[in-house]
Amino acid sequence: MPGSGSRSGVSYDARGLVEPHADMPDNIEVDGSRARFDATDLTIRQINMALRRLIYNDGITDVTVLNPSSKHSLAVGILKRCRIHFEGSPGWFACGLIDGPEVTINGRVGWSVAENMMSGVVMIERSAGSLTGAAIRGGDLIIKGDVGARTGIDQKGGTIIVTGDVGINTGFMMQRGRQIICVNAGMNLGDSMYDGAIYVGGKVRSLGVDCVPGDWTEADTELIERKFRIHGLGDPPEFQKFVCGKQLHNYDALEPSERKLVIH
Amino acid sequence: MCGIAGVIHRDGTADVGAELTAMLQSMKHRGPDSTGYAVYGPADDLVVIRFVLAEPLKSTGFGMEERLERNRAEVESRLAKIGAEVATVTSDTGYAFRATIRYGGDLKALADYLEDVPGCEVLSLGSSLEIIKDLGDAETVSGQYDLGSFRGTHGIGHVRMATESEVDLASAHPYWAYPFADVAVVHNGQLTNYHQWRRRLEQHGHRFQSECDSEIIAVYLAEYMSRGLSLETAMKHSLDDLDGVFTYVCVTGNELGIAKDEMAAKPLVLFESDPLVAVATEEAAIRALVKREVETRDPYEREVLVWQV
Repeated sequence: MPGSGSRSGVSYDARGLVEPHADMPDNIEVDGSRARFDATDLTIRQINMALRRLIYNDGITDVTVLNPSSKHSLAVGILKRCRIHFEGSPGWFACGLIDGPEVTINGRVGWSVAENMMSGVVMIERSAGSLTGAAIRGGDLIIKGDVGARTGIDQKGGTIIVTGDVGINTGFMMQRGRQIICVNAGMNLGDSMYDGAIYVGGKVRSLGVDCVPGDWTEADTELIERKFRIHGLGDPPEFQKFVCGKQLHNYDALEPSERKLVIH
Repeated sequence: MCGIAGVIHRDGTADVGAELTAMLQSMKHRGPDSTGYAVYGPADDLVVIRFVLAEPLKSTGFGMEERLERNRAEVESRLAKIGAEVATVTSDTGYAFRATIRYGGDLKALADYLEDVPGCEVLSLGSSLEIIKDLGDAETVSGQYDLGSFRGTHGIGHVRMATESEVDLASAHPYWAYPFADVAVVHNGQLTNYHQWRRRLEQHGHRFQSECDSEIIAVYLAEYMSRGLSLETAMKHSLDDLDGVFTYVCVTGNELGIAKDEMAAKPLVLFESDPLVAVATEEAAIRALVKREVETRDPYEREVLVWQV
């Protein structure tokens, strides 16, 4: 791989904040369709440059990034089926706007992981910060730990599974999709939600505006068992189901095409 | 957008100046305009005063050198007049000073008397607290004030991106809780009932160094602690009294506490081990201090936590 990959090869703007140019890292090990590199001494731009070049240009389908060191905005906007593994903890905004990748993170993540994810899987082995899965549109986001506030805010599709607790305003203005919270939920669960379903295995500190208990169906059981089986999460606990009370935002009078416009 | 950080060692002193510099520098993207520290060295019978005689950008120019020297002499003269025995007066920059004095009198009277000198602003007063703040990123400020060699038990820091006020020292954090010794605060957020609380505290005789809402928190906590409340209780009260979105870190001579508002709208990551507790706006700052994978968590809404040295 060309380029120095050293920090000395990186230039910044006058305030030292923006990295307009960067060299491709030179520490990438390639083995057939797999690649791995250590991100300890790489900048955000270099890490993302390496990911994109490997996945889009070099035909690599499985990339391991070692020591992401809580750097922000890693693996954002990857729109191709592939596997990405982070050995360590990325920072904020990891895996945002992805469409297709299967990402595993052996660490924790900061705020806004998988924001606007369209499809694929993001599996996090430890905890996550606030705004986890914000505006997610599709795919599965699994967090094997606790998460902060506003999980799945503005969620438009997909499934978020949290094996621990969630904080305040989880599912705020949720429009579609499912959230499966295995333990406790903070205040204002599902506040102002339009649609979708939230399943909680523990206690709910309080329900938000227009969030009400929902009727359990066979489809709910099938969904949860299937998701737990696919992602190797063991036996699911007992859940309560919460849905929109349709008193605040009620689109039942709209035609299907109009509903779609409103939701988008 | 700002970045805050705090560190407390529960098993003795450490290089807290260098540690906070590493943490704050890793969050430079959250604010490159000014950087501030409140660090605690070993307490002794001397009072440490950190004061400035001019804003950095106004400290040069025609006649400024003579004026700064004249005002410095006036500060020393006033210290003597009020009954303080001056041990040392040093300056790293020509406009920011560190003095150590023997003084058993009223700290408020001392601070007021010194601030009557033209351009003088007392940044901190106490037996172990030292507030250092200046323009630029953490490495720049640390280099200016030799913070790399500062050893202490705990401290907090702040990097500031000036969005609604000047790039100057008056707007830079941390804030000392005038006139209470050894209390300081850094804050990330906005307080929406700032003017209400400022009027209320001014009616109790407090004065404010800045127009910054963050200063309210420092004075509010110190006011309640002066009535006999613990830091933790005062912080819990603040969650009911202060409106807005905020996360703040407060330090006293032997404690470090964090508080999050009821919406948990502002970030904070916590790492806790037996000897060390570190908090920061972003995990990147924790990683700058503890260079390995560690278990961290985001405190939840209305969470108040306090640790002792």
